[in-house]
Amino acid sequence: MSSIQSTVFMALQTNDDTRPIIEALQRDNPDAVVHRLPAMVKIDAPRRLVLRRSTVEEILGTDWDLQSINLNLISLSGNVDESEDEMILHWNR
Amino acid sequence: MNTQDTRRPTGKKLSLKEKYALMTRGLGWDTSYEPMDKAFDQLGLEGIKIHDWDKWEDPFRLTMDAYWKYQAEKERKLYAVLDAFQQNNGHLNISDARYVNTLKLFFTGITPAEYNAHRLFAMLGRQFPGPGAAIACQMQAVDELRHVQTQIHSISQYNKYFNGLHDHTVMNDRLWYLSVPKSFFEDAISSGPFEQIIAISFALEYLLTNLVFMPFMSGAAYNGDMATVTFGFSSQSDEARHMTLGLECIKFVLEQDPGNAAIIQRYLDKWFWRGYKVLGLVSMMLDYMLPKKVMSWKEAWEIYFVQNGGSLFNDLSRYGLRMPKYWEQSVAEAEHLSHQTWNAFYNFSGAAAFHVWLPSDEDMAWLAEKYPNTFDQHYRPRIEHYRKLQAEGKRYYNPSLPMLCQTCQTPLIFTEMDDPTRTSHRQLEHDGDTYHFCSDGCRDIFAGQPDKYVSAWLPAHQILQGNCVEPGAEAAGDPGADALRYFHVVAGQDNLDYEGSPDEANWLRWKGLDKTPPAAAA
Repeated sequence: MSSIQSTVFMALQTNDDTRPIIEALQRDNPDAVVHRLPAMVKIDAPRRLVLRRSTVEEILGTDWDLQSINLNLISLSGNVDESEDEMILHWNR
Repeated sequence: MNTQDTRRPTGKKLSLKEKYALMTRGLGWDTSYEPMDKAFDQLGLEGIKIHDWDKWEDPFRLTMDAYWKYQAEKERKLYAVLDAFQQNNGHLNISDARYVNTLKLFFTGITPAEYNAHRLFAMLGRQFPGPGAAIACQMQAVDELRHVQTQIHSISQYNKYFNGLHDHTVMNDRLWYLSVPKSFFEDAISSGPFEQIIAISFALEYLLTNLVFMPFMSGAAYNGDMATVTFGFSSQSDEARHMTLGLECIKFVLEQDPGNAAIIQRYLDKWFWRGYKVLGLVSMMLDYMLPKKVMSWKEAWEIYFVQNGGSLFNDLSRYGLRMPKYWEQSVAEAEHLSHQTWNAFYNFSGAAAFHVWLPSDEDMAWLAEKYPNTFDQHYRPRIEHYRKLQAEGKRYYNPSLPMLCQTCQTPLIFTEMDDPTRTSHRQLEHDGDTYHFCSDGCRDIFAGQPDKYVSAWLPAHQILQGNCVEPGAEAAGDPGADALRYFHVVAGQDNLDYEGSPDEANWLRWKGLDKTPPAAAA
């Protein structure tokens, strides 16, 4: 094991589709850190990051299909657990 | 076929999990008149044991219908941007024409690698008896082909206006520095199926592609290249899925049998180092070739390898895996990698299909800030020396052919980390011959499979043996001129310094910056 503090991340394209997603991530993950780089936004969190469909829908005021994240997702790290309702990135250690 | 499918709950929409299960299970090929191990004949060769293929799962639970839907939407977005880019002369909006040289390297080095990845996954899908794994490989084979095509379409607009982009497939086969990424993929594709998937899905995709597609593509956006950032992120959105599969695959293999861990660790050690050696080219793209810089190689390596890779190996330590061998050396080398790589291209720019230049004062201030431990001490004096020689009309070119590493095929251009004045050079005897290596990592890889690497096609050796002559052409007798023609590099147009190149002259003219008086009546 290395002495690195385990971090998961999700990187999204900078566009109007991802604004509510980033807001939902911030709302549901108080420890998340948002880095804004040219054309992309990288969201880091210690060990675990959850994206909830219900939070995105609340912000959007309409239905949202979680699988459509595939259109704007640039990269991620961590074990992925996805259902219709949430996508969780996590490290077990 | 049984039409009364009792697994399906009536009157209820299928959940993602149920849909994925139905779309990937029961699709396997159970042979009837030949044993399974004859139909899947490469599976047993590596000593990896798989007891239950049904345990393989795609965590995105992507089914074919969803796959086509989202991929079609990605394509529509991409091509709308490409139309806009063409119609609005997007190539004139980049930060500087020097930037296009990163695309020349990308297009000749990485795009053909995507095509090799397509071939690899098409073959790999045939080798795995588990339908989950076979479907994942099929999707990835289609993804990789999409990447090749979208990259060719995106870059074709640049090919109309800039030199060096005209023949990426021949260049990939023949150009000396492109044998580094080419040999990486050929090494992978000639391995057993599990080694292939560890090499590409795990070592390359999970540990290393972030370095190309995140800081470099973000840099493309920062330099005004709308076309490249769009194809880059469109590709990388597939890579997010590939990486996840890479991680799932490694967990699947490790959970199947405790004996698998030692084999996987050996593959990881090898492929981490093989991949890292290819990334030397990316380091100089970030530090030297982007006119407007986003992030240094050292910062990128810290974020995407040390932090991200460290987290990953923390997680995998429960299976007994450790960080890949020599990873600490890669961190120490991050202080030097881009400076030494760019220096080599400055020395050998006569034989390259892109232009080089010396960093400006502003560039050097940035490099000194990003590399406080090494730049002013070791690399600024050399650049200033080159600058002085250039001002005196004595621009330095290295007249020799470099010695190449037998494993990664990189010229021996790097130094010992504890002594930046001494070239890093390792040797090994095998069957009465001496072989040369750039590093301990490459020497170890050779020692593990010497019979594979003795057959490497090393460009410098081939040139000296007279094997690099354009087929059907008369040899000029000058190996350098013959080799350029063989590479399909047009001398005086595609190679040498940016300053004084046709690319520079065109750019200055298009941007209204040309200060030279028009030539007297021609």
